[in-house]
Amino acid sequence: MGKVGIIGVGQSAFVRGYPGSIRELAFEGFKECLEDAQISAKDIDSSIICSSPEYDKQRSPAGVLAEYLGLTPQPTCYLETLCSSSSMGVRMAYSLIKSGLHDIVAVIGFQKMSEISSAESQERMGRGADIQWESPFGTMMPAYYAMYARAHMAKYGTTSEDLALIRVKAATYGQINEKAVYRKPVTFEMFSDPESPISNPVASPLRVGDCCANADGSSCVIVANEEKARALCKKPVWILGLGAASTSVNMAGRDLFTGLTVGEQAGEQAYKMSGVTPKDIDIAEVHDCFTIAEMMAYENLGFARPGEGKELIKSKETYKEGSIPINVDGGLLSKGHPIGATGGSQMRTIVLQLRGEAGEMQVEDPAIGLVHNIGGVGLYGNVTILGR
Amino acid sequence: MGKKKKEVDDRFKKFGTVSFTSISKVNDFVDYLEQGKIMATKCKECGTVFFPPRADCYQCLKSDMEWVDVTGSGKLVSYSKLEYGPVGFEDDLPYSIALLDYGDFKVFGRLAGDIPEDKIEVGMQMKAEANKLPNGQLNYVFHKA
Repeated sequence: MGKVGIIGVGQSAFVRGYPGSIRELAFEGFKECLEDAQISAKDIDSSIICSSPEYDKQRSPAGVLAEYLGLTPQPTCYLETLCSSSSMGVRMAYSLIKSGLHDIVAVIGFQKMSEISSAESQERMGRGADIQWESPFGTMMPAYYAMYARAHMAKYGTTSEDLALIRVKAATYGQINEKAVYRKPVTFEMFSDPESPISNPVASPLRVGDCCANADGSSCVIVANEEKARALCKKPVWILGLGAASTSVNMAGRDLFTGLTVGEQAGEQAYKMSGVTPKDIDIAEVHDCFTIAEMMAYENLGFARPGEGKELIKSKETYKEGSIPINVDGGLLSKGHPIGATGGSQMRTIVLQLRGEAGEMQVEDPAIGLVHNIGGVGLYGNVTILGR
Repeated sequence: MGKKKKEVDDRFKKFGTVSFTSISKVNDFVDYLEQGKIMATKCKECGTVFFPPRADCYQCLKSDMEWVDVTGSGKLVSYSKLEYGPVGFEDDLPYSIALLDYGDFKVFGRLAGDIPEDKIEVGMQMKAEANKLPNGQLNYVFHKA
């Protein structure tokens, strides 16, 4: 069996309050992707539509989007693993192609978080956990990640200042990414300025500046077998390794609170499959829904030893000019996090980097890139390794 | 005369400030909580203790459980104080969610509201105690052991 490659990537701008419906939102990422791949919808054998259903008014969006994008009568289906849905979509596309069932598969991620009112969204956030045993205590996403931050601080001496440095880095690149929702600068001083909203506590020890923004957005990744990829694409990017894992949704069922087991396990699988090590990675996109999540990703993926992630950000090694550039597109912290679209957007960044087409964000001649995408509070994890 | 309405055992709706589940095979947990007891389930086949309580053992594929007391104390694994809460929890704010490690199992819940923040430390021994909320609902909170 031959290789599997990515022949097209696209995404909409990530925005607050997208002025259109979900099908129109999905069209934006899809259009950019088709233009990038220079193919048409009829060339695509199957589509996988990825989002998180709690934000959708539309039941079973796959059929609606497939029709709008001209992807009927080809098979389509809906896939969700919360925030890692579209990375899981690429994994499924790989499998459909590797099996020989299809030659070209489109993975379309979208989320219109503003589809529902703020009150409805609040209500759903309360259910973003084990609804029988945890939500009745009044849980929220930032508070769960805050518990990881607290445990990391207690064990390794990590500080809120270390975490703030991650947001400062994200904002550095968010300012030069025209697709990002948050394009303002964030300085280290803003975290200690009571006048700045960045310093407002959300769930101790995390502050507003430690949290990514909700956004509306869409993404698309077109995956093809080796023959099609070579025939259609000048610079195909190959899927070298895939890893995926899950764990207990309830915190009581977990043993590690200073890292995410799903990130570790998915990373190990992807490294093994691709035959590369953390040292071989030239650029990475990691799931920074909160600053602590990026810190843990450094350690879970082997870029730093457990507890030493803070050294990586202090020495600016994860900046564009550093030894392992990470989230140099602004990450979720600056780009925004439209749940179902996020993984596809991360893939797009790495593909553009490997092709040398990332513009102002371009790092020097990367050959191997990694995408780390987490669903829920470390409930699902996907790691994908890509190469030229 | 209409048909007699079947009685629904929805005791679980009393669990927590806002409950999102009303019917569960472990509804007795709520009765125990009302009596001031926090209970786990134990598989009669393999002896595994489950908290949160489960009706079914995924290891033995048996559903033969007995209720056992959660006694003693656990180590505070982590916690977070929330300044914002979901809809329905506004009156509780601010409050802290937390996790205790009892050794054989862990318990997720809330810190008691009367503990000053500077007296809370990861690793400290705490114990879970049943608690009646102002709105008449039931939960459990963690006190210093």
